[in-house]
Amino acid sequence: MKTEVVGTGSRGTRIVGSIALVLTALLLLFGLVLSPPEISQGDAVRLFYIHVPSAVVSLYIAFGVTLVGSVIYLKNGSVFWDLIAGAAAEVGVLFLGFALITGMLWGRPTWGTYWTWDPRITSTAISFVLFLGYLAVRRLDLDPVARSRRAAVLGIISFFNVIIVRFSVQIWRSLHQGTTLNPADTQMDNSMLFSFFLGMLAMVATFAWLLMHRFRLAWIEHQLEEDRLATAIAARRGEASTFNPGTI
Amino acid sequence: MLTDARAIALKDLRVEAASRVLTAQVLPFGMLVLILFGFGIPPDRRVLAAEGDVSRSVLEQVAPGLFWLAVLFSALLAVNRSFAVESVDGNLDALKLVGFDPAGIFLGKAAAIAVQLVALEIVVGIGAFLVYGPPLGDVILLVATVAATTLAVAFAGIVYGALGAGQRLRDTLVPLLLLPVLAPVLLAATRATESALFGPSSSGWPWVGFLGAFSLLYLGAGIVSFGSLLEEA
Repeated sequence: MKTEVVGTGSRGTRIVGSIALVLTALLLLFGLVLSPPEISQGDAVRLFYIHVPSAVVSLYIAFGVTLVGSVIYLKNGSVFWDLIAGAAAEVGVLFLGFALITGMLWGRPTWGTYWTWDPRITSTAISFVLFLGYLAVRRLDLDPVARSRRAAVLGIISFFNVIIVRFSVQIWRSLHQGTTLNPADTQMDNSMLFSFFLGMLAMVATFAWLLMHRFRLAWIEHQLEEDRLATAIAARRGEASTFNPGTI
Repeated sequence: MLTDARAIALKDLRVEAASRVLTAQVLPFGMLVLILFGFGIPPDRRVLAAEGDVSRSVLEQVAPGLFWLAVLFSALLAVNRSFAVESVDGNLDALKLVGFDPAGIFLGKAAAIAVQLVALEIVVGIGAFLVYGPPLGDVILLVATVAATTLAVAFAGIVYGALGAGQRLRDTLVPLLLLPVLAPVLLAATRATESALFGPSSSGWPWVGFLGAFSLLYLGAGIVSFGSLLEEA
């Protein structure tokens, strides 16, 4: 029984990883050096270039991938999509945690508090816990197929839960800015806007890179499980063929 | 599907009537939570109400939220109990072997939980009125809120209870999964109850609508997904 994949690195991950590295270096240069501090917020505005992109990548891209993967898995039972859904959720939770922490660090100097009961913050925190629950279900000690099916159902419901939570908190309170970036009326300095888009690209590339590695790791684990099963079956077969009724 | 649901609901309620876990453990737990809130929040401190010139004790002002929190915590126990009953001796597998429709199992279990929740809400509700002493404004809005919230908690509770079914970790997993999902329900039920008690009623009805929509969503989700959830449970 040989396993075909031996590491989580590949040509693809190295290319995407290099892109992510270059973009992150550029982001550091533009975000920290070349873009000016904001008039009222000062240097705190620089958190914006990583905070918003990580939240967007997590809530829209990562959990979107989980939704798509879960739907496809329930339709045709493809292990590939099941593992993609799980990997995306895991990286998504990481990004969302990062967004929450950078948000609090940003809130302290600008609003004077780490936490406010603002719709976006409140719903993001609940979404974070929702997907932690999804990850907990993925680790349940169950038959792999049953576990994957439960996780897929949960992956789909969780996505809509994020929308429900968001909607409910939205009607509850509406304190701070609406849409984060409205191209029609942005009054941002060009280098700030550029840094923000650089941040988006860097986060997307980093997400893709982590997703590939995490998926390949899950794939290796899956193969190992299959190999163990195959070995066990072969061993039982071997016992059966050497079994001699005359010896009893 | 409905015959199956009826059979399952009656079975669950009979098990409940025989074991008396609801009356002997869940209801006392709910009442205990009500009393404990009184220890956590000073009962004799007063606040100015949002309407302006009225002052209320803090406990009275936040009574709607405390009541629903007590109900949610107790509901977790009931949901866990509903699946603990099934995991003994592979009961869920047996139900499927008998040929019960998964959607019927879902509806039946949800109906049984809903009945228990109503009993819980009546008792804990009377307790909350006695202990926290809020006024009673709009009874119709209050009844509608309780009905819509019961359905929302029952449907979502059974979907998430099934996710943890047959698991050693069920007792800790179900609260982690279910509470964030019920966060919007808690929010809506509390706002609607506040309007029912302190007025104005008009600001409560949209929240009842929200609770109704939430229940319908989870009713649909449960009927569609229960087959997948029960597989190899």
